[in-house]
Amino acid sequence: MNWEWLQRNAQQILTWTLDHVALAAAPTLLGLLLALPLGAIAHRYRWSYGTLITLAGLLYTIPSIALFVVLPGLLGTRILNPVNVVIALTLFTLALLVRVVADALGAVPPLVVASATAMGYQPLRSLLTVQLPLAIPVIGAGLRVAAVSNVSMVSVAVLLGIPQLGQLFIVGFQLDFFTPIIAGIVLCLLLAGIFDTIILLGVRLSTPWTRAVPGR
Amino acid sequence: MSGAWTWLTDPANWAGPNGVWTRLLQHLWYTLLSLAIALVIALPLGAVIGHTGRFTGLVSGVANALRALPSLGLLILLALWGLHTLKGDLALLGPVIAVLVILAVPPILSNTYAGIANVDPATRDAARGMGMTGTQVLIKVELPVAMPLIFSGLRSAFLQVVATATIAAVVSLGGFGRYVVDGLARLDYPVMVAGAFLVGVLAVVGDRILAVIGHYVVSPGLTGRTARRPSATAADLVVARADGAAGG
Repeated sequence: MNWEWLQRNAQQILTWTLDHVALAAAPTLLGLLLALPLGAIAHRYRWSYGTLITLAGLLYTIPSIALFVVLPGLLGTRILNPVNVVIALTLFTLALLVRVVADALGAVPPLVVASATAMGYQPLRSLLTVQLPLAIPVIGAGLRVAAVSNVSMVSVAVLLGIPQLGQLFIVGFQLDFFTPIIAGIVLCLLLAGIFDTIILLGVRLSTPWTRAVPGR
Repeated sequence: MSGAWTWLTDPANWAGPNGVWTRLLQHLWYTLLSLAIALVIALPLGAVIGHTGRFTGLVSGVANALRALPSLGLLILLALWGLHTLKGDLALLGPVIAVLVILAVPPILSNTYAGIANVDPATRDAARGMGMTGTQVLIKVELPVAMPLIFSGLRSAFLQVVATATIAAVVSLGGFGRYVVDGLARLDYPVMVAGAFLVGVLAVVGDRILAVIGHYVVSPGLTGRTARRPSATAADLVVARADGAAGG
């Protein structure tokens, strides 16, 4: 490792790191926000489940690099526009999470749902205050997968000239120099770890009952 | 967009050393070679881990860490290392295949051991009671019952490898990725789109073919949805399904 090179380029690396965080975090959040209502619909209406899951599966089959390239043509955006990356990764996150949300809601014990109904909860209130909270651990597990994959997939967008940590790989390849490549990999892993930890903490804080100890 | 269509429908672009057919064969060659190597490594390892129940924590930990590893970085790191230390054709192809194998092993491995670990204990006991040895139980009962999950792991691995093989064009390897990388270098957007489209078609068609093969390989006794089987926890399935996140 050439620490001197890293120090000299610290400012640039920091900028790329921040870009990377934004490009990975935005689609994770947007994907989750879209997946919650769509997953709830897929769970509530059986006919929509098959359609939504098939569409999601098909979308998930498409390699990210292909979507990064095709989206500007479809959207009329410029190829260097980071919005393409955000939209592509949002679609992937959504494709992954729709099924997770629908299955997580489906895994809530029917007796719990029946109890809520018996207590006079309307379907929407039951969904938001009973089923959704109980589904948080599973949704959280899916979200962790999505977030970590997003951090790794963002770096591919450098092939289209969108700057972020992936730039370190290209710089290293062009200069025939290992330091930037290793720094890029370490920073990506670090970011993935931070994203993962934040989601894990969020799940723990929002589901205190999972840590409740039965009284003896 | 329409430029890409014109490019794709021009027969001149399908022939020759930079033609679609050549690039398809290259892409398939990288993909199938890596998948075959990954299967040879992951299937026995996953079977043993699932059968004995040892090292499961280690395996899922490693699989998760690998998901976070940026495939582009790994690819360039190993390719550069290969250019320095290896000679001839192997200098480039070797490291790239190594990366593809590294990415293909975790989904196959974790799905194999999850599939085997989730076999109904009553089924396993019944096989034991019929006088089967441990190895017989594994080969005649556990592996066939785990086949649906193993196949979904194989499909995840396939998608991961097809996507990453595209990226391998950055380190001057062949395959459909060439169109994307060369197209960008020449600012020729239609060629890039054509390349992206071809990769997408390859991924979708390959995935469907694997699904159909899986349909015939899986024992008919397992495909019925009525059978009562212990399902993995929802969280397990989420991870198993998502293991080959699209496009590394």
